[in-house]
Amino acid sequence: MRWAIEDGWTLTQRYLAQLARRPARLVGVVAFPILMVLIFAYLLGGGMSVPGGGSYREFLMPGMFAMTMAFGLSGTMIAVVDDTGKGVTDRFRSLPMAPSAVFTGRVAADLVNAALALAVLIGCGLAVGWRPHGSLGETLAALGLLLLLRTALVWAGIYLGLLTSDPSMVSLAQTLEFPFGFLSGAFVATSTMPAWLGTVAEWNPLSSTVTATRVLFGNPGAAGTSWVSSHAVPMAVVWPLVLLAVFVPLSVRRYGRLGN
Amino acid sequence: MTPQIHAEGLRKRYGDAYALDGFDLSVPAGTLCGLLGPNGAGKTTAVRVLSTLLRHDGGVARVAGFDVATEPAKVRSAIGLVGQQAAVDEILSGRQNLILFGRLHHLGRAEATRRADDLLERFDLADTGSKPVSAYSGGMRRRLDLAASLLAAPQVLFLDEPTTGLDPRSRLEVWRAVRSLVADGTTVLLTTQYLEEADRLADRISLVEHGRVIAEGSPAELKGSLGATRIELVLTDPDALGSAAGLLARVTGAEPVTEELRVSAAAEPSMLADVVRELAAAELSFADVALRHPTLDEVFLELTGVAR
Repeated sequence: MRWAIEDGWTLTQRYLAQLARRPARLVGVVAFPILMVLIFAYLLGGGMSVPGGGSYREFLMPGMFAMTMAFGLSGTMIAVVDDTGKGVTDRFRSLPMAPSAVFTGRVAADLVNAALALAVLIGCGLAVGWRPHGSLGETLAALGLLLLLRTALVWAGIYLGLLTSDPSMVSLAQTLEFPFGFLSGAFVATSTMPAWLGTVAEWNPLSSTVTATRVLFGNPGAAGTSWVSSHAVPMAVVWPLVLLAVFVPLSVRRYGRLGN
Repeated sequence: MTPQIHAEGLRKRYGDAYALDGFDLSVPAGTLCGLLGPNGAGKTTAVRVLSTLLRHDGGVARVAGFDVATEPAKVRSAIGLVGQQAAVDEILSGRQNLILFGRLHHLGRAEATRRADDLLERFDLADTGSKPVSAYSGGMRRRLDLAASLLAAPQVLFLDEPTTGLDPRSRLEVWRAVRSLVADGTTVLLTTQYLEEADRLADRISLVEHGRVIAEGSPAELKGSLGATRIELVLTDPDALGSAAGLLARVTGAEPVTEELRVSAAAEPSMLADVVRELAAAELSFADVALRHPTLDEVFLELTGVAR
């Protein structure tokens, strides 16, 4: 147990050292969401209406936060495929280290990344006029839900990364992030979509986190009519837990049998 | 003395094909065993099973006294592994890499740092230790990789084609490092496709084909198994081949083989002087005359039946 924690910390430090040597990586992590905020707030936002009224930028930011968490999945996958492809994963597997550290180190490193990206986005949101209107507790709970979603998707990314050694699969995952991100209530209200598509979008785990954070931040557009959107806050906990229940055992199993 | 690496009847199946099919190996402590064989023979699979990266389907394997299937953690504490790729973090510096892997060996920060600096010095990387690995040459990466496998002073070291893709100078450097490890008592299992490498480094060589060891012995024994030395003449004039072959046959008493401008026959080393004297007396002009030992290539091709 002691080694599980120490080895996990050692691998987290490895990531922090990488970040210190390649700070440009962070620019990539945050530049895309910032551009998206600017595009949606200034280029497309004029044509958007928020159901029940309210500022589109206030409506948009929770969607941007959640989408940034979701789009981290391919970043995790890239890191895992890279380590496996270069033989670094094999080296870890031949060391007397705690095997769990490979996972906890990755999760911790990617959460550091996510927290930094979130901090930059919050700054960006404040600059375009977004405000959290809830209590401090509600605001922290909203941030917690975002990081919970990210944690679940780190595990999904680890599993997908262990599944393939083919870098082109990463491109595929990056492409599939778009329908996952956009087929949700992140950018437009699901009530504006065709009925069946709106239902699919509402059941997207991302939508639960988006709606839940809108509720907790006191941002507009949170009022839902369907069961899943009116139970957004509990669902924003349930969905990541379901994902974790699936991907944690899958990843651990896959890691143990790598190459067999 | 019990062997440091012992495998008996190892089997590893992928689908319908056996990558290892009754693989036997025994490597005494403090020696270097070369696994020699063509691509796909099962060398890498054997190394991956012995280093706990793969589970085998049958047979037993013990490394440093521990069963690889039931005591993998103990095996991992006793081994170092250098795979086919330089398994190091490209973004970090060489020193950071060594400290990272040292800490994952549970060395403790101070000890990991000290070992890292020692190894950088030993592998001639001290000057470039703080540069990122992405700026290293192939040879430097290989040396760093080798250094990383030595952090915990392993009893048993697995080297899977450690010099593939290296230039001749880097290859010599790796060879020198490996030799000094064996001299210090490390047991080494090295896979290679280069016969010269096995010939130069190995105490014992196991020839691997179709997932099993088909021949085993010291380099000299394996070469000896192909028979005596040969005397080979290279002529300048094709018309002289007949008389040169006659001359060789007379001196050696063996059946000469001709091939283009070459003619050779099995011979005792002491017959070389007679051949040269006779050549001079017959005033035959020649480009080269040499006493040749069978190469491991010839042994290999003979035993695997690839070329004949």
